[in-house]
Amino acid sequence: MIDTALSADVRAGRLGHSTLRPDGVAKVQGTFQFSGDLTADGVLWGATLRSPHPYARIVRIDVSGAWKITGVEAVITADDVPGVMTYGLIDQDQPVFASDVVRFVGEPVAAVAANHPDACRRALDAIVVEYEVLQPLTDPEKAVDGSFEAIHPLGNVFRQQRIVRGDQTIEGPIVVEGSYELGMQDQAFLGLEAALAVPDAGGAGVELHVATQWLHEDRKQIAACLGMADEQVRLVLGGVGGAFGAREDISLQVHTCLLALRTSRPVRMAYSRQESFLGHVHRHPCRITMRHHADHDGRLLRVEARFVFDGGAYASTSSAVLVNGITHAQGPYKCDNATVDGWAVRTNNLPCGAMRGFGVVQACFAHEAQMDKLAAAVGLDPLEVRLRNAMETGDRLITGQVVESVAPVARLIRELAAMPLPSEPVGGHDLNPMRLPGGAGRTADVGNVRRGIGWAVSIKNLMYSEGFDDYSTARVRLADGIATVKFATAEVGQGFVTLAGQIARSVLGVDEVVLDQIDTQVGSAGSTSASRQTWMSGGAVDGACRLVRERMFERVATLHGLDPLGLVIEGTEVVDTVSGLRLEVSEATAGIEFDETFEHHHRPTEDLDEFGQGNCHTAFAFAAHRAVVDVDPELGLVKVVEVATVQDIGRALNPLSITGQIEGGIAQGVGLAVMEEIIQLNGHVKNASFTDYLLPTFLDMPDVVIGLVEEPEPQAPLGAKGVGEPPTVSSTPAVVAAIRDAIGKDLTRVPVRPTDIVFG
Amino acid sequence: MSVLVPTSLVDALQALAEHPDATVLAGGTDLMVELNGGHRRASSVVVVNRVPELCTWRHDPVSRTLRLGAGVTYAQIERDPIASLVPGLAEAARTVGSPQIRHAATIGGNVGTCSPAGDGLPVLSALNAEVELVSAEGVRSVPFSSFMVGPKRTLRGPGELISAITVPVVDGWQGYAKVGVRNAMVIATASAAVVADSRRGTVAIALGSVGPTILRCPEAEAHAMEHADFGERRLAPEVVSHCCELVRLASRPIDDHRSTAAYRRHAVGVLAGRLLRRAFPNE
Repeated sequence: MIDTALSADVRAGRLGHSTLRPDGVAKVQGTFQFSGDLTADGVLWGATLRSPHPYARIVRIDVSGAWKITGVEAVITADDVPGVMTYGLIDQDQPVFASDVVRFVGEPVAAVAANHPDACRRALDAIVVEYEVLQPLTDPEKAVDGSFEAIHPLGNVFRQQRIVRGDQTIEGPIVVEGSYELGMQDQAFLGLEAALAVPDAGGAGVELHVATQWLHEDRKQIAACLGMADEQVRLVLGGVGGAFGAREDISLQVHTCLLALRTSRPVRMAYSRQESFLGHVHRHPCRITMRHHADHDGRLLRVEARFVFDGGAYASTSSAVLVNGITHAQGPYKCDNATVDGWAVRTNNLPCGAMRGFGVVQACFAHEAQMDKLAAAVGLDPLEVRLRNAMETGDRLITGQVVESVAPVARLIRELAAMPLPSEPVGGHDLNPMRLPGGAGRTADVGNVRRGIGWAVSIKNLMYSEGFDDYSTARVRLADGIATVKFATAEVGQGFVTLAGQIARSVLGVDEVVLDQIDTQVGSAGSTSASRQTWMSGGAVDGACRLVRERMFERVATLHGLDPLGLVIEGTEVVDTVSGLRLEVSEATAGIEFDETFEHHHRPTEDLDEFGQGNCHTAFAFAAHRAVVDVDPELGLVKVVEVATVQDIGRALNPLSITGQIEGGIAQGVGLAVMEEIIQLNGHVKNASFTDYLLPTFLDMPDVVIGLVEEPEPQAPLGAKGVGEPPTVSSTPAVVAAIRDAIGKDLTRVPVRPTDIVFG
Repeated sequence: MSVLVPTSLVDALQALAEHPDATVLAGGTDLMVELNGGHRRASSVVVVNRVPELCTWRHDPVSRTLRLGAGVTYAQIERDPIASLVPGLAEAARTVGSPQIRHAATIGGNVGTCSPAGDGLPVLSALNAEVELVSAEGVRSVPFSSFMVGPKRTLRGPGELISAITVPVVDGWQGYAKVGVRNAMVIATASAAVVADSRRGTVAIALGSVGPTILRCPEAEAHAMEHADFGERRLAPEVVSHCCELVRLASRPIDDHRSTAAYRRHAVGVLAGRLLRRAFPNE
């Protein structure tokens, strides 16, 4: 299916070219309209009252005080939800508003609409909620062992899943084991949650403009809670300032619609940063123990692992995150025998769900620490032990699934190893103290610093798993040489709006592509997550363009008495390879419109059975990372100097866009490695602000060196694999391995804190 | 909420006299965060960043002092000509927030907020800075060490405005270092300032984020002074080690979500040792 070859002289705007984002200039200049900028005539502001307690029974809610505030137009609670009372991506266990019990700090209890944000704030203050505070469940192990009473009617275990494969008795002459822990990372997108709901006249429906990752799934859940048919709810994508998984779940969608329908006026809601930390799901904190058995040559014989994912108060995607974690326990390595036990459990901590890497980040942190231990135990170089075990196409996973994807693991490792180490000495060539650990704080002198190097390699599934048909739809119209592309693919910053134009230009031979509004007036595109949109929505746009092109070829062939099979696109012309006839696409489509819609489905997958066996995943991508860090062991401060990576991408459809994904993914991976963590104490959040939830700054961000391995993926419609998640998956363990290398200590938890380095 | 924007010191003092409970806004980098976050309410605000008298500074070579108007920003302090006069304060200024924040944030605001984590404060403490307060009644000057009485608590009275900070221009080495979990734009987990006055033969050590106020370390200072060779910039390793221990003992840190008391105690010792070594590079 690949007929647009990569070459150095790729035509501008076509596949393979580093085409610039259509919204790039507006974003840089500050004129791009994010969903928080949306407004309408007569708009009201909405705001949410949230639980201050991690676990409490609601004794009484008295909203009468809120109605006394001037400007208040609506006050709603669970009593005002007309449809189903709960929502959720997999299990619908999360209330629109808590009515009897609150299960996490920040759970919505009521909402108000008023003519000014201050009136909203005063109204929220005036609502009286009497709570009977209960002892929260905050230790996930108590959910696993059943020692804590059920905090939800559906119980405290979201899912338990085993993987049992091969010889369960095999013991290696070499055994390494370890216990690992990951803290709760936040997606911390910069564009806060925001939406504008506009009710139809007479309340017959509602139009919601919202920053989200999956318009159709949102619509399904919203309509159910509103007691409406799907068609009565129209969603339009508001400008999205990042997502990383945190916009997969419903946050303010239902509340905004309810307030708009209640007041018959447009309502806008916008979260504050603090509210955002409480109001969306996070990366699962996880505790993992692993034991690897290997022979004297360092070849893996068996992996044993135990995972406990803390899913927080509600299900979200915890059960899928669990499966992703445990099915990637072996890493990108051959292993025939495995015993893995995994739990995803409910606690009164913040709810967790999707975040870039989706369970695999957790697994990779553990298996890569184990591979380093294994290398040390058998006396091998960390790369050599990985090369000896490197997975190849055709190998079986511990689920029994055969890896049919391109799997260039050994090549990634070799090409990474061949990259030169940074020439920069500690502190930089011109000794800038800002480049030492501690940075602007000027804590270190060169003599206080030790350098370390660490490696990590990852496997990451692409698309949804376990029988889920996450198809994508696209509609393409071609008239007068202009292609109009319509899809519901959420553009969250990843760049599909760039890619869609590149595909249409390449397939149809046009220069001008118009992107229609992204909304629910076309079929679902699935979620912008799981590294799937280049493959899935790219496949849909490609498919629709090909259908249109066939129609155009048929017409040209009929008009000129040609065989349509002899026609091809060259530049902006239709060319007959037999007669040499050349016709501009604009001429071939003058006064006529071709209009085609295409759904792209990936091949079906299966559920895991009780032993964790089954072809549950669609495809895989691989990445390797090398981190160079400077550490001040006495103060426990770290400067990540460089992260080099080689990534398996199938095919570079837009090299610049790939660079952006890789650099951004590494920034997020570095963040998890050394600073990003939501800290909760007995269910209470201690750092819900950017003052104390620290993201890497420019000074914390390492130089990034990128190598791409282009082996086109036969299953993928454009030969390209998703590139969004792998950079986040193995960059974290590489950084931690480098810190271990610098200081010689076992660091088993991320983020690595100064105390871990100093006292660990 | 009433917002008053006086454009002269007289008007500012009159505004404060009429609204003694008013909140003073200079750069707004502390206050606006608190107001926007709903953590603080103000019934009235007196904005002083358009008072020209507060935005000037003066170096007096005769008295060897530098008088910084309260409205002088960290962006001014981190650069020359001020930076060469008080290099320790300039170093602290460079660790404050981001360049954008430093263009708005003022030395007077830092002193007015008086957080134990305030980046300029350990240097002011080590320099024995004087805080000048004016009100409709007159002017008074208070040593910084007595001005700060607790976390975000000061001697500034109702109707009083911080008008200037005066520090000596010192011969010798001065510096500041701060530990945070990020390499820039971070609140101090622990910080320290050292001023080695070679003319007077004194060493001052002040600590931030390890107590309810900025802490001085008189025992460590005395030990360093006793053994320091200011001419040769020499201090024996065992003296430095002992000073670090005395600094740790002088610290009074707490556990919180940013770090632990044990780490903070450890870290200020390390910082003091490294700063002393920078002040006295020869062993």
